[in-house]
Amino acid sequence: MGEHVIKLPDVGEGVAEAELVEWHVKIGDLVREDTLLAAVMTDKATVEIPSPVDGEIIWLGAEIGDVVAVGSPLIRLKVEGGADKAEDAADTAAKPEEKQPEPVSVDASKAEKPVEKAASAPAKPAASAPPAKAAAPSPARPMTSGAPRAEGERTIASPAVRLRAREAGLDLRQISGTGPAGRISHEDIDAFIARGLQAAPVGTKGLTQNTAVEDIKIVGLRRKIAEKMSVSKSRIPHITYVEEIDVTALEDLRAALNKAKRPDQPKLSLLPFLMRAMVKAIADQPNVNAIFDDEAGIVHQYGGVHIGIAAQTPGGLMVPVVRHAEARDIWDCGAEVNRLADAAKTGTATREELSGSTITITSLGAMGGVATTPVINHPEVAIVGVNKIMVRPMWDGTQFLPRKMMNLSSSFDHRVVDGWDAAVFIQRIKTLLETPAMIFIES
Amino acid sequence: MKDISCKLLVIGAGPGGYVCAIRAGQLGVDTVIVEAEKPGGTCLNVGCIPSKALIHAAEEFEKVSHMAGAKSPLGISVEAPKLDLAKTIAWKNGIVGRLNSGVTGLLKKAKVKIVHGRAKFRDGKTVEVETETGTQIIRAETVVIATGSAPVELPFLPFGGPVISSTDALALTKLPERLVVVGGGYIGLELGIAFAKLGSKVTVVEAEARILPQYDSELTRPVSKRLGELGVTVLTGAKAKGLSSKGDALVIETSGSEEQKLSADKILVTVGRKPVMEGWGLEEIDLDRAGKFLRIDDQCRTSMRGVYAIGDVTGEPMLAHRAMAQGEMVAEIVAGNKRSWDKRCIPAVCFTDPEIVTAGLSPEEARAQGREIKIGQFPFAANGRAMTMLGEEGFVRVVARADNHLVLGIQAVGHGVSELSTAFGLAIEMGARLEDIAGTIHAHPTQGEGFQEAALKALGHALHI
Repeated sequence: MGEHVIKLPDVGEGVAEAELVEWHVKIGDLVREDTLLAAVMTDKATVEIPSPVDGEIIWLGAEIGDVVAVGSPLIRLKVEGGADKAEDAADTAAKPEEKQPEPVSVDASKAEKPVEKAASAPAKPAASAPPAKAAAPSPARPMTSGAPRAEGERTIASPAVRLRAREAGLDLRQISGTGPAGRISHEDIDAFIARGLQAAPVGTKGLTQNTAVEDIKIVGLRRKIAEKMSVSKSRIPHITYVEEIDVTALEDLRAALNKAKRPDQPKLSLLPFLMRAMVKAIADQPNVNAIFDDEAGIVHQYGGVHIGIAAQTPGGLMVPVVRHAEARDIWDCGAEVNRLADAAKTGTATREELSGSTITITSLGAMGGVATTPVINHPEVAIVGVNKIMVRPMWDGTQFLPRKMMNLSSSFDHRVVDGWDAAVFIQRIKTLLETPAMIFIES
Repeated sequence: MKDISCKLLVIGAGPGGYVCAIRAGQLGVDTVIVEAEKPGGTCLNVGCIPSKALIHAAEEFEKVSHMAGAKSPLGISVEAPKLDLAKTIAWKNGIVGRLNSGVTGLLKKAKVKIVHGRAKFRDGKTVEVETETGTQIIRAETVVIATGSAPVELPFLPFGGPVISSTDALALTKLPERLVVVGGGYIGLELGIAFAKLGSKVTVVEAEARILPQYDSELTRPVSKRLGELGVTVLTGAKAKGLSSKGDALVIETSGSEEQKLSADKILVTVGRKPVMEGWGLEEIDLDRAGKFLRIDDQCRTSMRGVYAIGDVTGEPMLAHRAMAQGEMVAEIVAGNKRSWDKRCIPAVCFTDPEIVTAGLSPEEARAQGREIKIGQFPFAANGRAMTMLGEEGFVRVVARADNHLVLGIQAVGHGVSELSTAFGLAIEMGARLEDIAGTIHAHPTQGEGFQEAALKALGHALHI
């Protein structure tokens, strides 16, 4: 019997550390070669770590959320055969990898500690209980009365109780029954009504104080977002500019294009039009399409327009990038946005697809509200926020007309973009979107 | 003729339609009901009620026949009874007539306007009624379609001459010497048994492998046994082919694929019922269908706003009490109350001899839903009351979930068990567990004790067996 140490492999070019976001195994698990052991996250890409050997997990080297240096021991496995001394086995097994440098961050060095402890007692590796546990946070479950009903199970209640619930507009499926076999009684309905529609501890009537505090560890993508937002807001003095745009003509055009489109063409949303308008406006106002390296004091002004599209995914906010929008027509922009949005949502977006933007669009679609104060995607200098399209009465000089109106809420890095330039940029976009034929004029 | 405008128009005054109209009237809804025939529909005029009258008369006649010749174990002896079928039918018609006027009275009491004639949709809110005095236009905010069902006719054995439907059978004034029943479902057997008891020589031709194929064989076995005792010939796996050339026999193909002629004075065709989808202007409003029926949702709404459908025209089970419950619910909805179909079971009774009652799921159906079940079955042979009525045949069976003992279904077969349907339905609708039934005192001596004992049996401690 011997030990095999799996170290954090090199997960990406120039990456020195990665955050552990998920354990797929726990101590005592028997794993086969290629079984997925853990997931780590670098920058914005998540990498799965497979097992190179068959064996039993005897030690886990980090907790979820820890940042681990590339080359640090991550997992120890008990394997058949091999050297007696754990360190030897580890070294042989880790041969393909070079001896990695010392952990580079404080977090990572913390993660290193248990390794030393476990390594100092190689005689009884299985018995050395790891200080690091991969237990996921378990939120306190609200107490419910009676046995919980399986999904799709029919509620049990007398006709009178069912009628009462119907008339009170209550869904019996939400009410737990305290009677035999989970039968819902009149008293259960009384209790349900008394405590409102939310489940609360049984036996108490009326309003109760909720003193629960749930500790949610900010890990993975959420932590990346948190860090990024802090940097953006603390380092960039924002100026936000809101302007309203009459998109009636644009919406007509969009509807017509969608009606006449070929089956292989994507259904167009408003985004491709906005992207093309931005490309045109940037040609006149190139200083908003830039990366500001404030430490070096250099603004990298780009010729190509790489538009980040802020997208809500199940894991949180992600910003896939449509590269070279200046070289894409309206259909191409639409297709690329759809492809990237799908990739971001399904978690299959590559690191390349999630970086390299020079300006960003943020849109909440139907949830877009009247105005927003978008946070610039550091180190960019501008972000264009799309608000909800609403029909509003507009005065044309003689009468009010119903027009489809949409606000654009855009933020700029006021260190390098003056308010005047910002306004000119947005006014240009407004002109283009209000007379959409202009978007298509080759200049 | 002046147009009528109303809030609610009900088309068809069968059990679904008239209950809907009465309830709507009670709730103060301005209601009109249209009926081409007498109020009460199939149920009251040519179905449930008249058939039960005939069945009862047949039962009495058969009982007395058994007493003739001092053979009765009860020690009663009488002269051989005689039957005047015309008088029996007149008595039955009297009951039907009383109920017809009863329904009319109830509708009037509820301030429902009754229009006699055949209704036809012009559009979703307008109906034309052909009355004796001309065309009546009725405009309504809400329309309820309750057109019911009709006996299915076999194309190779059309009704007419010796070939009769259940409706005709209930109006026979002369007893057919030889009666062939095509279709061994509940209608055919109820009537076949009644005619056998009255003295006809009855043969039942069923295409399936056994009679009453919708029930499990355990439930139907006592009926099969009784058919034998009554001298009814049952030919299963046999197909009717048509009338013989002389018209005095039914040609069938037996289970052995042989052609056979069954001499018959009357041939009763009871091969099912079909929804009435023609003659009331369905083509004008083009409602969605579900198979051969109108498609409805859990509030009996059709695919057209403001048009509801209830009863047999909406699907299986085609039972009067389902239609009544739907009718009542729709009336409540039209009056602005929140209602939807949330019934747990629709009990069904088969008035054969012995009777069969079912409520909820059979053991097979429960297992098909992936349930672990417990079954408790108690025979009437161990029930005192059944013994005193010479009704020891049959049993009560309770099907419950194994984990929490919730009763999923109850079935019974036996003399007079139709009245147990109320207890069965109530138990399921209330969400009873086996312990609830076992813990309820059932009066002694009654057949209902068999229900309690079946629950006890499922719990593993029946007392009287």
